[in-house]
Amino acid sequence: MTGYDASFRVWRGDPDGGALKDFTVEVNEGEVVLDIIHRLQATQAPDLAVRWNCKAGKCGSCSAEINGRPRLMCMTRMSVFSREEVVTVTPLRAFPVVRDLVTDVSFNYEKAREVPSFVPPPGVAPDEYRMQQIDVERSQEFRKCIECFLCQDTCHVVRDHEENKTAFAGPRFLMRIAELDMHPLDAAEESGLDRKRTAQEDHGLGYCNITKCCTEVCPEQIRITDNALIPLKERAVDRKYDPLVWLGDKITRRRS
Amino acid sequence: MTQAERQQWDVVVVGAGGAGLRAAIEARERGARTAVICKSLFGKAHTVMAEGGIAASMGNANAGDNWQVHFRDTMRGGKFLNQWRMAELHAREAPDRVWELETWGALFDRTKDGRISQRNFGGHEYPRLAHVGDRTGLELIRTLQQKIVSLQQEDFRDCGDYEARLKVFQECTVTRVLKDDEGRVGGTFCYERESGRFFVLEAPAVVLATGGIGKSFKVTSNSWEYTGDGHALALLAGARLVNMEFVQFHPTGMVWPPSVKGILVTESVRGDGGVLRNSDGERFMFDYVPDVFKDKYAESEEEGDRWYEDPDNNRRPPELLPRDEVARAINSEVKAGRGSPHGGVFLDVSTRMPAETIRRRLPSMYHQFKELADVDITAEPMEVGPTCHYVMGGVAVESDTAEAIGVPGLFAAGEVAGGMHGSNRLGGNSLSDLLVFGRRAGLYAARYASGPAARTPVPDAQVRAAAAEALRPFSGADAGGRAENPYTLHQELQQTMNDLVGIIRREEEMRQALRKLAELRLRARGAGVEGHRQFNPGWHLALDLRNMLLVSECVARAALERTESRGGHTREDRPAMERAWRRVNLLCRIADPDSDEGQIALERTTTEPIRSDLLSLFDKEELVKYLAEEELYE
Repeated sequence: MTGYDASFRVWRGDPDGGALKDFTVEVNEGEVVLDIIHRLQATQAPDLAVRWNCKAGKCGSCSAEINGRPRLMCMTRMSVFSREEVVTVTPLRAFPVVRDLVTDVSFNYEKAREVPSFVPPPGVAPDEYRMQQIDVERSQEFRKCIECFLCQDTCHVVRDHEENKTAFAGPRFLMRIAELDMHPLDAAEESGLDRKRTAQEDHGLGYCNITKCCTEVCPEQIRITDNALIPLKERAVDRKYDPLVWLGDKITRRRS
Repeated sequence: MTQAERQQWDVVVVGAGGAGLRAAIEARERGARTAVICKSLFGKAHTVMAEGGIAASMGNANAGDNWQVHFRDTMRGGKFLNQWRMAELHAREAPDRVWELETWGALFDRTKDGRISQRNFGGHEYPRLAHVGDRTGLELIRTLQQKIVSLQQEDFRDCGDYEARLKVFQECTVTRVLKDDEGRVGGTFCYERESGRFFVLEAPAVVLATGGIGKSFKVTSNSWEYTGDGHALALLAGARLVNMEFVQFHPTGMVWPPSVKGILVTESVRGDGGVLRNSDGERFMFDYVPDVFKDKYAESEEEGDRWYEDPDNNRRPPELLPRDEVARAINSEVKAGRGSPHGGVFLDVSTRMPAETIRRRLPSMYHQFKELADVDITAEPMEVGPTCHYVMGGVAVESDTAEAIGVPGLFAAGEVAGGMHGSNRLGGNSLSDLLVFGRRAGLYAARYASGPAARTPVPDAQVRAAAAEALRPFSGADAGGRAENPYTLHQELQQTMNDLVGIIRREEEMRQALRKLAELRLRARGAGVEGHRQFNPGWHLALDLRNMLLVSECVARAALERTESRGGHTREDRPAMERAWRRVNLLCRIADPDSDEGQIALERTTTEPIRSDLLSLFDKEELVKYLAEEELYE
């Protein structure tokens, strides 16, 4: 493949408003969308605001919506588009715009603070933690999360419902509760903290109706809905009071 | 000009990677009101990219391991140039720093008996790296981040304010360490990247934990933040930088496609059994075992392969030599015409492990090659080549306290500090370094801040000067009326360092690099940007350029001065390691800012003799290879 000129439409603006702006820009073999955004900065729009960091899919900074789909710009290869296709890049829709492709993601940091932390088991010395691999693997899957917040962006509970943001922690932080709840040595219960109950009562677990949008956009391929949210729902309430759990069982046909 | 708001804290930590967060946790737990300031979002620092693990001699995989063995490996890896006291503290304290992470919620991979699993890595005698698949850095940063949140929750319960005693200022940049009239540290001058607003954090103690300098090189595994900020801040505040000629080129970065060139391929690939081959299919590393390591590495493929199962009766394969050796070997193979199609060599796990094992042990690598290069590493070899990865050099500090020598109140930990790794760092020793010296920096900064050091406000004149400096790019046109594009300057700098002060160095090329750096410095004064101060990446880069040019000159000047080859400093015109150079440290300090000679002046110092009980951990025959005559008989 040789280089070619691609058509890009990039949203530019600030909290007072903005618009899609058209660019024609060179694309070379093997490049990703973030390379193209950087080329725009270097050649055509030096003040184009974009958040990025590792450019290797590990830090979760360069989240945006590409042709309407929440993705990491550094992991979206240009080869997934045809040469004729116009590539449209817009900021995450669920969060307020700061400038251009940069959004204010402080919602996520506020929610992170509301989740009670790991409770170390009393009386166990630091070098005496013993856990089996099979028991840590469930929580380890959730700890692969790079906090790109694509799941928070795509989740329809808040995507078009600003009013739900107060009551709903979002998939990432409900998954964090599941992670702690499944930690083999977390001593929350002994300290009088029922994580399952708080998930339901304080963090809006009930708002989730397991449409799996979060799982679909996760760049780490974490099975957020199946492995974190549904088990948490099962633990949180008695089955007969939550028809969604029953429905979830039907849909995913998980083993009992 | 707008007035900069001032806030008062006890300790300001610059940088929120592993070292910065560990320092902040310690300072806050010692009672200091602590502010952390970082260029990225909280939890995104470069530490997330560390893959292989944390080196600590817990002895979970081989009971023969202990701190003395770890110390020995570290000194050998650094070719005995290490500040031995730092290497000692590091080896002694690393296990406690790892275990402590579990009490904060970290979940490492386990051994069969439920302890923390440990893996093999280059230069480490025993399996020593605590790890989580190949995403150990993410686990480390997330654990520290969540520990900080838990401390903030405590403060919220106590006084209704999450940020009363520990606050993270994210997406903010520090452009100057400020000093009071007596020359003591008084705080930092900062701006918010989002708004461009200036502010001052006043504090008697400042901890630099800003990481490295890789963004001065074209091919690098480092993220955009690695612009040598802390190195430059320290220089400008009057500190010295030590060992700046030693830059680590990681042997295995991706080489194709071009846009991802330099992205790291973890050393765990080799630790877990991956092998390097040239275009003739030969495992060429057997030809590159240097004399000092001859008796410690396998001489045949059969022996190397047996070692994975029976390490007590076989020697390790030479793919697991320290990184500097492997990087040079790859470089030589490519030069000799035995490279892969895209100018690297082949790294193969596909013929060494079942596909399922590869996906489980190296999930990020599997994903990275699949997504970015269309290569399935379970079925075909990777193509890899050296990439600028780490700077051994950094702020000259007191080994025990992490305080910058000569600047009271300034501390440095992690990659920005120098000395710990000598001329070459072993894989896995970075994450342990962050934790050990991050904690020490936080501890001693808190202690210093609660001491008798008077708190006098930073003089207005300094704040005004810092603000004027930060605004200069907006009126950047030079005398000729033409503004330089900061992106162009940055690209030229990266090309210069890559080509002229890279993995193999020559005197004339380094002189050429210094001339080019002088030219770039003049042009950078005319760097201009468009737009306004709100989240303006062109402006941010124009400010980072000052730092990159300063540290690049340190690297080039020290590399020209050191007329030998050792660790991460290889001179084609001076190929031998000279015992006389072992005790010599080159210190960089700021010269007259308008001097034609450049901005950096060099000083030579002789290091303190290695303590005798530490020396006695080595065989005499081994010491003879490194130490000068007079050191042996002292």
